[in-house]
Amino acid sequence: MSVLYDLPGPRARRRNAVIGVLSTAGIAALVAWIVYRFWETGQFEAIKWEQFQYEAVQREILAGLGNTLKAAGLAAVLASLLAVLLAAGRLSDRAVLRAPATTVVEFFRAVPLLILIFFGYYVPLQFGWHIDTLWALVLGLTLYNGAVLAEILRAGINAVPRGQSEAASSLGLRKAQLLRLVLLPQAFRAMLPALVSQFVVLLKDTALGFIVTYPELLWVGKQIGGRLAFDVPYVPAYLVIGAIYVSICGALSVFAWWLRKRLR
Amino acid sequence: MGTFFAVLTDNWHDFARGFGATIRLFLIAGVASLVGGTLLGAMRVSPIPALRAFGATYVNLIRNTPLTLVFAFMVFAVPKLGVNIDYLPSALVALSVYTAAFVCEVVRSGVNTVPNGQAEAARALGMGFGQVLGHVVLPQALRAMVAPMVSVFIAMLKNTTIAAGFSVFEAGAIPEYLSERGENRFAVLVWITIGFLVIIVPLALLQRSMENRLRVVR
Amino acid sequence: MRIKQVAAVVALAALAIAPAACGKEGTPTPSTPGGGGAAPVSDACVDTGLTNTPATPTITGSPTYDKAKTAGKIVIGVKFDQPNLGYKDTQGKRCGFDIEIARLLASKLGFDESKIEYKEIPSANRETEIKGGGIDYYVGTYSITDKRKADVSFAGPYFIAGQDLLVRKDDTAITGKETLQGKKVCSVTGSTPIQRVRDEKLTDAANISEFKTYSECVSQLLDGKTDAVTTDDAILKGYAAQRPDKLKVVGKPFSTEKYGIGLAHDDKALRDFINDTLDAAFKDGTWQKIYDATLGKSGSPATAPPLERY
Repeated sequence: MSVLYDLPGPRARRRNAVIGVLSTAGIAALVAWIVYRFWETGQFEAIKWEQFQYEAVQREILAGLGNTLKAAGLAAVLASLLAVLLAAGRLSDRAVLRAPATTVVEFFRAVPLLILIFFGYYVPLQFGWHIDTLWALVLGLTLYNGAVLAEILRAGINAVPRGQSEAASSLGLRKAQLLRLVLLPQAFRAMLPALVSQFVVLLKDTALGFIVTYPELLWVGKQIGGRLAFDVPYVPAYLVIGAIYVSICGALSVFAWWLRKRLR
Repeated sequence: MGTFFAVLTDNWHDFARGFGATIRLFLIAGVASLVGGTLLGAMRVSPIPALRAFGATYVNLIRNTPLTLVFAFMVFAVPKLGVNIDYLPSALVALSVYTAAFVCEVVRSGVNTVPNGQAEAARALGMGFGQVLGHVVLPQALRAMVAPMVSVFIAMLKNTTIAAGFSVFEAGAIPEYLSERGENRFAVLVWITIGFLVIIVPLALLQRSMENRLRVVR
Repeated sequence: MRIKQVAAVVALAALAIAPAACGKEGTPTPSTPGGGGAAPVSDACVDTGLTNTPATPTITGSPTYDKAKTAGKIVIGVKFDQPNLGYKDTQGKRCGFDIEIARLLASKLGFDESKIEYKEIPSANRETEIKGGGIDYYVGTYSITDKRKADVSFAGPYFIAGQDLLVRKDDTAITGKETLQGKKVCSVTGSTPIQRVRDEKLTDAANISEFKTYSECVSQLLDGKTDAVTTDDAILKGYAAQRPDKLKVVGKPFSTEKYGIGLAHDDKALRDFINDTLDAAFKDGTWQKIYDATLGKSGSPATAPPLERY
């Protein structure tokens, strides 16, 4: 029983069963049709999948995955640090800290990541600094995700019942101790789903590295798919790359769920 | 400084066309994903296991896939299915399919914030499904849904830039166009940033004010 | 529900990794596709039989050369996804007309193959990379234009290409730029060829599609979603040479693109040296040998262009 539905009676049960059967049949038919059409247009032809048998190509994919994880890892750490800084600014009692922090957060949330990555690459170049594509990507990701994570932190901390902070300050705890000892531990568990979801977004956003030709996983997929000698197998390449993305992002979510269980 | 403004005025036509396309993509995909996402949300909370499973699979699959990949499927895989679809509609479908998954989650968590007791009481009073939904559940659920929903749409507005890689001329395609004509890359990027700020900051401010007004002390 | 999710993730991961359990050695060589037609040319870079022995030159007054000599390596910007022009196969071997020219120049500058560092630079970043010193010179379908001369300098040209059309093998309707009306054309986003198609109204604006790479355009061509891919004929010939059973280049080139070696703006010493090297290669047949071993495989002939020194 949920908010919208009461326990089903006999008529509802029959109706639900009919709808269930019809929808299962419909979905199965759709999937079957898609697989059939793919097969018909030769997407399962051996030549399109041949590349994947070779070690060289497999190593390419692994290298791409490694690069994706590397960029995501670096960006995650840096973004978290930036987020703590910005959240502290946003939660500060002093308006002189609050105002710039708010502006910074709103600014980076408003600029598309694509443009931020472009900036990350071209701004240093204007000053004659030659920056590696990895750091351009990490810079863009850090700025954007730092702002978003800061917002999540702020919302999480504000969601802790006010009584907690009132009691803590009446005990004589200062703001920093209050944050550290009382608010953060309680806020953390509540924030965890939102935080993890943002990290998953971060991982997926590394796919925008192709803008500066950072050789991450999706870029590798494009290369593999673009090989004319193998009949330009974009569909098989993207299917494999998609499966890898879903696996690692899914693994991240599962890890978060496990973490949540352990913190209970 | 003069050349900085010249970049905008010389290429005003391209900037206008690009951002116009961005806004059009946003509005149409926004409505489509709202409708689709609500339907999906309805599927996920429905009492029919098959629909719940479909909804859950859809959301988990799409949320863990980069948007670029969804676009790529629309443009490269769908033609193989024999469906003849133009590039702008492809972009709209890709954006809608992707954002619908997120809208679904917002709807679902919004509905779940309403305590069960409310609905039970309403049903005990003899209210039908529509009445429970309209008078009891939705008004409370919407309060919780509004802020995250605006976040999802702001994210989608920024995601429209990915369409630039798939033959849709919108704001994200402007850097390549203008740099080929030799314009200063940096200036072009700054103008595009300003364009996006102009569109998004009002939305973000709207979100903040709504968040403050609809806040419920629990 | 969570157990099901974990199971799904594990199954998906297994699916993605399963092929790795059986990994074949060596360079992927496609087998003949089941469907008639000539077998596709292998993806692997074949040995061209061209050898380059490093010379010991004396070049004075070239900051780029001095920097490379001190570093003990030379950094060359190249393309990697243009078959027979600037290509990197799955084993990491590089081949193609531009690559061979790059190798020739490097050896004449005194660097053998092991001292060459190749850097893959996308077209839009060429000027910034050269100006920033990230690469010593660039060889990769780099067209000489006056606008670019404001930022970088060019040695050469070492090849004259022209805009042309790549179509499906069985397409008889398109024979040149005049026959493009009502047909769909594809190229790289914002590139000069597609802007020319737009400016000269060779087809309706609605028929123009643009992607990030030529391979995507070729994919659309093979799928029938577009009717022609347009860019420099050198690039198109490279694709046609890989699948002569499915693709062909038609018509006469309707523009002139002079490919040059991109160098730092003020490095006249290096520019003169490279021009002299190219001149010698034109005269003693080396250039022709390089062409025949790479782009010449598409069947079209070419002659060395006149150098434009400045």
